[in-house]
Amino acid sequence: MSGRVLVGVKRVIDYAVKIRVKPDNTGVVTDGVKHSMNPFCEIAVEEAVKLKEKKLIKEVVAVSCGPQQSQETIRTALAMGADRGIHVDVSGKDYENLGPLQVSKILAALAKQEDAQLILLGKQAIDDDCNQTGQMTAALLDWPQGTFASEVSLEGDKINLVREIDGGLEHIKINTPAVITADLRLNTPRYATLPNIMKAKKKKIVTVKPADLGVDVTSRLEVLKVEEPPQRQAGRV
Amino acid sequence: MAGLLKRALRLRTALRCLCDYNMLSRSTATLSPVDFHSPFLTCSSEQVLASTRKLHAGADGSKVSPSAAPERLPFCRVTEEDLAFFRKILAGRTIVDPDLVEPSNVDWLKSVRGSSEVLLRPQTTEEVSQILSYCNSRNLAVNPQGGNTGLVGGSVPVYDEIILSTSLMNKILNFDSISGVLTCQAGCVLENLSFYLEERDYIMPLDLGAKGSCQIGGNVATNAGGLRLLRYGSLHGTVLGLELVLADGQVLDCLSTLRKDNTGYDLKQLFIGSEGTLGVITAVSILCPRKPKSVNVVFLGCETFEQLLKTFQLCKSMLGEILSAFEFLDSECMRLLNTHLKLPNPISDCPFYIVIETSGSDPTHDAQKLHNFLEEAMTSSLVSDGTVATEEAKIKALWSLRERVTEALTHDGFTYKYDISLPVERIYQLVTDMRKHLGNRAKSVVGYGHVGDGNLHLNVTSPSKDPALLAAIEPFVYEWTASCRGSISAEHGLGLKKRNYIYYSKQSQAVALMGNIKAMLDPKGILNPYKTLPDNLKQ
Repeated sequence: MSGRVLVGVKRVIDYAVKIRVKPDNTGVVTDGVKHSMNPFCEIAVEEAVKLKEKKLIKEVVAVSCGPQQSQETIRTALAMGADRGIHVDVSGKDYENLGPLQVSKILAALAKQEDAQLILLGKQAIDDDCNQTGQMTAALLDWPQGTFASEVSLEGDKINLVREIDGGLEHIKINTPAVITADLRLNTPRYATLPNIMKAKKKKIVTVKPADLGVDVTSRLEVLKVEEPPQRQAGRV
Repeated sequence: MAGLLKRALRLRTALRCLCDYNMLSRSTATLSPVDFHSPFLTCSSEQVLASTRKLHAGADGSKVSPSAAPERLPFCRVTEEDLAFFRKILAGRTIVDPDLVEPSNVDWLKSVRGSSEVLLRPQTTEEVSQILSYCNSRNLAVNPQGGNTGLVGGSVPVYDEIILSTSLMNKILNFDSISGVLTCQAGCVLENLSFYLEERDYIMPLDLGAKGSCQIGGNVATNAGGLRLLRYGSLHGTVLGLELVLADGQVLDCLSTLRKDNTGYDLKQLFIGSEGTLGVITAVSILCPRKPKSVNVVFLGCETFEQLLKTFQLCKSMLGEILSAFEFLDSECMRLLNTHLKLPNPISDCPFYIVIETSGSDPTHDAQKLHNFLEEAMTSSLVSDGTVATEEAKIKALWSLRERVTEALTHDGFTYKYDISLPVERIYQLVTDMRKHLGNRAKSVVGYGHVGDGNLHLNVTSPSKDPALLAAIEPFVYEWTASCRGSISAEHGLGLKKRNYIYYSKQSQAVALMGNIKAMLDPKGILNPYKTLPDNLKQ
């Protein structure tokens, strides 16, 4: 077992920012808007770093797909304790059309290339709320999946997982290698401390293109229109 | 009022003035308020008044604390005819239901309670003018009230003063996006103004923990300082104009939006910080800075206060023009935040914590400067631990550690608050000396505040109101402050609680002149009586 964990981190519009729809209704305004790491991805990074601190795994590799700015998101993961980063460079129109299917193909390719034992992802991204990448990645790799995890523990070459489901909590045991997606209550992400932030500046981030991994990022989906939900009407008493 | 004046107290130095209060207590027992009109207040009001007095009385009853309320001045009492008048001009906004008036009778700290029975809610300057004109002619006392977040008992009535609330005067009148000048009514909540401006790429020049409730009129009336003063300066500089209503109902329109106007005496400066005693502010025009494109918040831990001060110097030299806040809290504050609000410490336990905020127009430039500063601070061991936040959510979380200390203190017990300005290097000495001085008598003694402005918030808590503890704290804290030529109220104002301590920080001639100005602008003394100016001033 390589003891290597791949953690996917997505750069999204910061959850505290007020979202504006572009005047041409093709999407939301992203220029000049504050971006940060998807909160569920943060939880995934925290879990990976915790596993490393418990010496259950050996290396945490942070992966992000997107334009140049995605490197900042990887840096944040490095500051939290990840060892190195892989930036999959996707920009322009390709980035606008990038969705779970393409990302899962990229992650599957990277998992094989890096000989990963575990893939940790957030359960969903707060911008598209798709909740698909983890499941698709597991299917492409033919790996078991533990989604909506609120507790993870490694037992030899198996993983004990508690999943948050509609009916309550489900306890399952899956083989490794596996894909796990993190839910809210899995952990509380740490603040990156100064010494780690300083160290992160020296950690390596490698840039690759999807074509290098043999992945075609053309989208089979077309966004027709993006509009705001109807304005709330005043109530009447 | 007559009784107090008849005692010919000559103005002396600070300490001797306060000793004179022994004389006060012996003669106050015979005074009783005089009412000429048919009282609106029922007989139970006398009991309420008596208990109000007890709330402020000293431990053994023979020595009245200088922060206790004075005798009720002989204002008239509200009658049915008065209510009819108010109802005529403020239909539906004249409130007499005791349950609805009650929250406005008690301050945010729940430390002082008045016994007002009338709450008025005007919506326009014209209504305020009519109310004051009427009250002036009827000799009815008025207590202007904004968000009621003041910490010196200045925002609530002492007796039965009519509460004049600006809460419904919450319209934004104009915003000029080229000059950045915002004009609004006095009852606008600070946080709402911030939201409005942020959408237009500007921010308010002041920010404080109470932003969700405090109103801009009240902020101006108390010359509020806050977390951004270090960068944007005080309200004396950022307020460009005011619209006021004077005690006789006259509307004074000084609502200019000009950055520069040297035509005559700058009257608005007199009203900024006047705590509602010279006039009621009804509209404000304020100069707002652009919203910074890049905001970073750093939370650092230091081992000693000397290191903290050195970090401040390093900060000023390396971060310079992007520095927008420099606040500190001690380990006791962190303990209270952990215990009462369950807020975790983002870094390891240290004796002192610093919150630094940078605001600039270029994220890359600021990040570089910040990185250099942090590297220097760490390598020269000025700082033992820290964390940085660039994301909105994390920034809010780090700021809440400083902003919610006041809230945590209210859960710890009865709080004695002191807001002191001192030479920066001596700030923490007062906290250490106070701890030694009080020993086990106090539950917690904490120090935090705007160290960048030389402003310490010293707080002492006890399980319940403890007059003996109060006697140990005061006048020790004021004498200590006076010995460094500091200010006994850096930004909270004097209100009710600190009015008699003014002599610790101001010369008696200055205070006398303040009294003359008050007499000229409010001859009957109806605006926010018993506050701000000391009791021994002839009215």
